Amino acid sequence: MTENSVVHRGKVLTLGTMNPSVKRVEYAVRGPIVQRAVQLEQELKQGIQKPFTEVIKANIGDCHAMGQQPITFFRQVLALCCYPDLLEDNRFPEDTKTRARRILQACGGGSLGSYSASQGIEIVRQDVARYIEKRDGGIPCNPDNIYLTTGASDGITTMLKLLVSGEGSSRTGVMISIPQYPLYSAALAELSAVQISYYLDEENCWSLAVGELQHALEAARQYCRPRVLCIINPGNPTGQVQSRQCIEDVIKFAAEQNLFLMADEVYQDNVYADGCRFHSFKKVLFEMGSKYSDQVELVSFHSTSKCYMGECGFRAGYMEVVNMDPEVKVQLTKLVSVRLCPPVPGQVLLDLVVNPPLPEEPSYRTFFEERSATLAMLAEKARMTQQILNEVPGITCNPVQGAMYTFPRIQLPPKAIAQAKEKGQAPDMFYCMKLLEETGICLVPGSGFGQRDGTYHFRMTILPPTDKLKIVLAKIKEFHQSFTEQYS
Amino acid sequence: QCPVVHGKEAVWATTRNLMKSCWLLGYLGLARREMAENEALSRRQKVLTIDTMNANIKKVEYAVRGPIVQRAVQIEKELKEGVKKPFNEVIKANIGDAHAMGQRPVTFFRQVLALCSYPELLDDDKFPEDTKYRAQRILKACGGSSIGAYTASQGIECVRQDVSRYIERRDGGVPCDPDNIYLTTGASDGIVTMLKLLTAGEGRTRTGVMIPIPQYPLYSAAIAELGAVQLNYYLDEDKCWGLDISELQRSLQAASKHCNPRVLCIINPGNPTGQVQSRERIEDVIRFAAKERLFLMADEVYQDNVYAEGCKFYSFKKVLYEMGPEYFNTVELASFHSTSKCYMGECGMRGGYMEVINMDSEVKAQLTKLVSVRLCPPVPGQALMALVTNSPQPGEPSHAQFLKERTATLGDLAQKAKLTEEILNTVPGIRCNPVQGAMYSFPQITLPERAIREAKEKGQAPDMFYCMKLLEETGICLVPGSGFGQKEGTYHFRMTILPPADKLKILLSKVKEFHQRFTKCYS
Repeated sequence: MTENSVVHRGKVLTLGTMNPSVKRVEYAVRGPIVQRAVQLEQELKQGIQKPFTEVIKANIGDCHAMGQQPITFFRQVLALCCYPDLLEDNRFPEDTKTRARRILQACGGGSLGSYSASQGIEIVRQDVARYIEKRDGGIPCNPDNIYLTTGASDGITTMLKLLVSGEGSSRTGVMISIPQYPLYSAALAELSAVQISYYLDEENCWSLAVGELQHALEAARQYCRPRVLCIINPGNPTGQVQSRQCIEDVIKFAAEQNLFLMADEVYQDNVYADGCRFHSFKKVLFEMGSKYSDQVELVSFHSTSKCYMGECGFRAGYMEVVNMDPEVKVQLTKLVSVRLCPPVPGQVLLDLVVNPPLPEEPSYRTFFEERSATLAMLAEKARMTQQILNEVPGITCNPVQGAMYTFPRIQLPPKAIAQAKEKGQAPDMFYCMKLLEETGICLVPGSGFGQRDGTYHFRMTILPPTDKLKIVLAKIKEFHQSFTEQYS
Repeated sequence: QCPVVHGKEAVWATTRNLMKSCWLLGYLGLARREMAENEALSRRQKVLTIDTMNANIKKVEYAVRGPIVQRAVQIEKELKEGVKKPFNEVIKANIGDAHAMGQRPVTFFRQVLALCSYPELLDDDKFPEDTKYRAQRILKACGGSSIGAYTASQGIECVRQDVSRYIERRDGGVPCDPDNIYLTTGASDGIVTMLKLLTAGEGRTRTGVMIPIPQYPLYSAAIAELGAVQLNYYLDEDKCWGLDISELQRSLQAASKHCNPRVLCIINPGNPTGQVQSRERIEDVIRFAAKERLFLMADEVYQDNVYAEGCKFYSFKKVLYEMGPEYFNTVELASFHSTSKCYMGECGMRGGYMEVINMDSEVKAQLTKLVSVRLCPPVPGQALMALVTNSPQPGEPSHAQFLKERTATLGDLAQKAKLTEEILNTVPGIRCNPVQGAMYSFPQITLPERAIREAKEKGQAPDMFYCMKLLEETGICLVPGSGFGQKEGTYHFRMTILPPADKLKILLSKVKEFHQRFTKCYS
């Protein structure tokens, strides 16, 4: 107690008084292991001796951080839009200037600094709609069904927010794949929705079986109201590219079971394996005929962060809503207006992605070369990663059919598992932590994504430059062998 | 029709016929089932309807981009299509969007952003040295030297350091720990994140959040979405929208019965009201928050927009510090800033930061975890924030022009603030408090009884009725006071002071004309 009226009591905002849902949120991709990796980086900077000279962050799908180069055309147009005085500069090809002028004309006061319409700049949404139509062989796309977003994560969170309602046994249940990208589980925890896990089949290259969907759904009906089915294709962390048949089956299932379909397609250009092809959910839906295409409520998500662009830092994306109830759409439009608009540089970037140089334009050649090179390099690294990891006794790696990650299964000796459990750590976290401390390589344990009980995995990106990737893979091989020996 | 039975052949014939009938019946059954399925599918309710969706979202309103703006956009389209109107352009004075109204970006900022976007320009002579130095520093702090890489979720470290040095300079040396700085996607992002953290409890223990009336409707929208409890405290229009502690007290007392008041929000300089709080008032608020155990949220995005003589911006943090360790070491405070307002007006970049003071360390870990799920704020916005908080210094090549541009923009705004107040106060039936700061005027309008009645018959708020008519007759889009909150029985509108001075004059004279016409018409 003091002479003043201010009494020293507990804080207003404590672990006990804060939002309990937020406490349940976990996001492994930037979780404890990454925090330790950052610490190690700082220790290295301070000159502390380690068994390695650099930390390699193979935990996150961040292409540019791993040395991938941005597309010249995109950055030229962005520079012109930021500082339109450059329109006088001869170093910029005509097509970059045309694009920049067109975009600036669509911005308030001709400036990237104005707020845009909350749904996104109209001409960008029109360009997105045309891109989708071209991609899907002419199936019509209404620009009014396009919402530009602050990365795909923003759109996904907004949709889940809209969908979550009810209480107790009528609380919204959301089906997500296991393994999954932990944005989904985090969002569900924050919204206090019910997570309904359906398992991908590791024995069959992480494919999806309707029987498993059925099984998960039936069990879930006991304690929640399943309303949503989420699917990531190409998959993260698993990299599988779903077959057309599988996509049809999922659509049929969603239709029959009254589920709102959310299709996360941010890796749509990242398809590497022979015989694999990206089929958009929208395209398949419409090719299944009006019985389905008139009914099934679908939202598809895309982003500028992956594919060949890798422009994560711009936080740009879009979602297309199909068959959304018009009253709900009004609510969605209202909801996004509160946050004013997505970042305008990102909207500009998205416009260029869906409206890239055409063969007759000056920038086309360089653009095409850069894009091809980037995608080819990723394909090569995907193949190499799978090959090398499969040479390690105790590591089995499914083909990396697409996306940017490998999610191999690791055998852990019972002694290691026991020690992990004593420490209160998930066994694959125990493994990954040791790997980090001994080699400086930062991966994310499979427990951060979900996996079948009793199995262990890690997720590693295929993004480091090829020569570095070879070294990383060799070190993992060494580590795995020494770890296995140590805990035998 | 019964087949006639004649021996073995007949039996076989019968069986065949029966099989045919069964098959036929089966087929019909299947067809019927499929038809029923189709009907069911077409007849069935959508999964996501107004009834099955998140109930809280339905309660959300955001007037700044609400129905009147939707109508304004529609009218713009009609004009484009050549439809005749009593005006030839729509003037959107509804939103604090400086560039859209012709304000120029600061050259230095855009040069550095261009360099960061396309580093090849670093060898271009048209860029002064200090822009290149800044760009290189920022790029070095980015993964792979690219603004396309994700950054740390709390924001690029050297930018947070720049922000903390800015705060220290601004606050006369009061220490600022960069680790207490979180870069955000506009100030709105930080505000929503904090409210989210603070919302807990159920029924009578549900978090109550005190907000000023009139307020910037992000607050009411966020509170509605989170299902927190909105606690209104009224600013005093007769005292230039001043804040009264007894009013805070009244509001709190009334609230304690039905919720758990935990948060006190204040916007200074104010939006929509423009008042700039005196130092004494800020001290009073801090004392009140300390005594009543409220988490203080100080929205200071207009901190450079101070126009009136005798008014000065005092940051909550600085005042808190100067009140001594008793307060400085205990009061939990979050301050918010943005790149959207002041002299920058870079709304589209969605840049911002918040500083957390005295946050419980375990909660801070939760906050850090929460922001990591969305990866990071947009990097162009982060870069811009670095430049805003670390602008050209005297002696640097860009300084003279930077100073000139900033001074001109702020001077322009001050002039328009004065002009607006003056002109509106010449209109009988319109009373406008001095626009001490920010970017808006929020005058009170007297509406004839008949107009009020007609509005109510239409199910419209009277000031919405007024603003809609103004829009249809003049093309001027304002936001009715009901979108921000106001004392019962009073009516207002919010208008930005942003259009260029000559256009602003025209606007104000049209508003004057309209008001006189409207008053006459409904007498």
